[in-house]
Amino acid sequence: MVTSSHSRPGIPSPAGSTPPGHKPDGSRHATDRPVRSAPVLSFRQRVGIWIRKRGLGPYLLLLPATAVIAVLIVWPAVQVGLFSFQNYGLMQISGVEPSQWIGFANYSQILHDPEFWSSLKISLYFAVIVVPLTLIIGTLVGLLLERLGPRMRTFVSVSALLAWATPAVSASVIFAWLVDPDGGVVDWALGKLPSWLGGGPSWAGFSWTNAPLPAYTVLTVMLVWTGFPFIAITVLAGLRTLPPELHEAARVDGAGPWRDFWKVTFPLLRPIFLVLALLSTIWDFGMFTQAYIITGQLGNRDEYNLGLYEYSQAFTQPPHYGLASAAAFVLTIILLIVTVGYVRAAIKQGAFA
Amino acid sequence: MTSVPISGGAASGHPGRRIRRFNRASRKAVLNLLGLLVALFALFPVLWMISTAFKPATEIYSLTPQPIPLHPTLANFRTVFSGSVIGMSYWNFLKNSLFITLVAVALSSMIGLLAAIALGRFKFKFRTTYLIVLLIVQLLPQQALVVSLFIDFRKLNLLDSLVGLILVYTAFALPVTIWMLRNFAATVPKDLEEAAAIDGAGAWTRFWRILLPLISPGLVSTSVFAFIFAYNEFVFALTFLGTDTAKFTLPLYVEYFYGQNSTNWGAIMASSTLFTIPVLAFFLFTQRRLASGLVAGAVKG
Repeated sequence: MVTSSHSRPGIPSPAGSTPPGHKPDGSRHATDRPVRSAPVLSFRQRVGIWIRKRGLGPYLLLLPATAVIAVLIVWPAVQVGLFSFQNYGLMQISGVEPSQWIGFANYSQILHDPEFWSSLKISLYFAVIVVPLTLIIGTLVGLLLERLGPRMRTFVSVSALLAWATPAVSASVIFAWLVDPDGGVVDWALGKLPSWLGGGPSWAGFSWTNAPLPAYTVLTVMLVWTGFPFIAITVLAGLRTLPPELHEAARVDGAGPWRDFWKVTFPLLRPIFLVLALLSTIWDFGMFTQAYIITGQLGNRDEYNLGLYEYSQAFTQPPHYGLASAAAFVLTIILLIVTVGYVRAAIKQGAFA
Repeated sequence: MTSVPISGGAASGHPGRRIRRFNRASRKAVLNLLGLLVALFALFPVLWMISTAFKPATEIYSLTPQPIPLHPTLANFRTVFSGSVIGMSYWNFLKNSLFITLVAVALSSMIGLLAAIALGRFKFKFRTTYLIVLLIVQLLPQQALVVSLFIDFRKLNLLDSLVGLILVYTAFALPVTIWMLRNFAATVPKDLEEAAAIDGAGAWTRFWRILLPLISPGLVSTSVFAFIFAYNEFVFALTFLGTDTAKFTLPLYVEYFYGQNSTNWGAIMASSTLFTIPVLAFFLFTQRRLASGLVAGAVKG
């Protein structure tokens, strides 16, 4: 299709397969035009034609992105796998000794470390509690938003999205202040609650961050607070796609709101819920920043989740990069399993069409 | 898109029934009340942060906390700007953050745009595979990769350097940028480009005159996402800028501030307010476009 070698290289094939990023256009070489008999093509033009003939356009356009992602994300991921089989530590990173391959020693050391298991347990419990909680509250808010008037709906959803947009560091520092034993508003409010609601003066000065259970209660509330707006807005968008006749038909058949949700809304929005559940699991299981700040910057070992455990292996003295890599590999594999589920759900939804 | 009151269907068939009208009014009141409660839950922590930032120490530690400062003061902000903690003013860290963020956003937008054009406007082998790989890469846990990147960057002398962070932020903003931009690139009608091609427009002209103007709204919303990601990022900044406080970005500064004097809540909240409010303002400013992009990215519809 490119063989028409009149010296009008600016005209591309109408099929539109020219790479727009590449520039075989001849504006600068317009002086070529008088040469009639043997069209002299500049080097750039010849390269352009060659690219078009081979259909290389898209690959060239992808090249910079692929290079950046490969070097800065994919390679480090591979390297984590390699380090997990080496005794990489202080001596190795400072170049005093070369690193050695030690097989599965890092893994067996981690698997025999009770701290690893307790951190894994904390991560799992946390995901198992926070994900459903966020989904339920988010869905309820989504259903509420659908029933509100337009102004109220905008107000509530924008307020909610502000919570979602609050940076993780700010959210953590704010919650640390809310639950502070001296002057925090949460202990004050709990102290004012009547005793039949679990309140009372014993809450005065209660420290939320010094033991795993209270610390993760705070983190649960914080992650629900951060996560529910995204769920609510996505569910609202899904609800808007459902034809109202369906609900009317269900109501005529005598279905209350509960049955209407489970028999009409939920089955139709099931793919959305699946994607939201998987995404929330990935985010909450891999939580780092909030846990790092709330549990005291690696200070409390019994409050580590898997991310903190892994990070502390590498970045507290003395560093054990090999052990950290093995833990990171375990963390990554668990998340990859969830991710595969997510990708399959996304494919079913036609995200790659 | 227009608001359809959900109760409109069955109930409006019987007008004039007083009880029903009362029910509808009270139902609406209950729903609005619930809406206000949700908004309060969502806004309370942020409002409390702002309110604390303006309180004098006596009010911060008073036995009955007040929602609104009785004697508002700027003293906490003065502490933050005077640099009494790290020895440097807030401006220094704002400058670091803005520099890193803006360069990373510009780079990832440019690189991402090229890739998005390839994925949105060309049919080729491996296209779907590429998209799936992007999706997986985007969900890799950052605290897992940070160990490996730390070792590489140490060898390359990129620790304690803003350049290192720019590289990482560019890379980690790319997958989402490409995914979102691809949807925008795919929606530009092919006919437009073909018409221009027939009129003699070269590939370069078509890119500048047709594709870019039509994709630019998408470019705005992806840049906002990349901006928020890079401006808020914590794990990489914590690891790579560990010792050189002068190079801290804002999130690291706020966290360090909190770690260093965790009793001066007024100043901590002031620093956190200064860090957070620009994000929220930026977000409010662009939220219409963002919310739709957000949903389009999550649920392709």
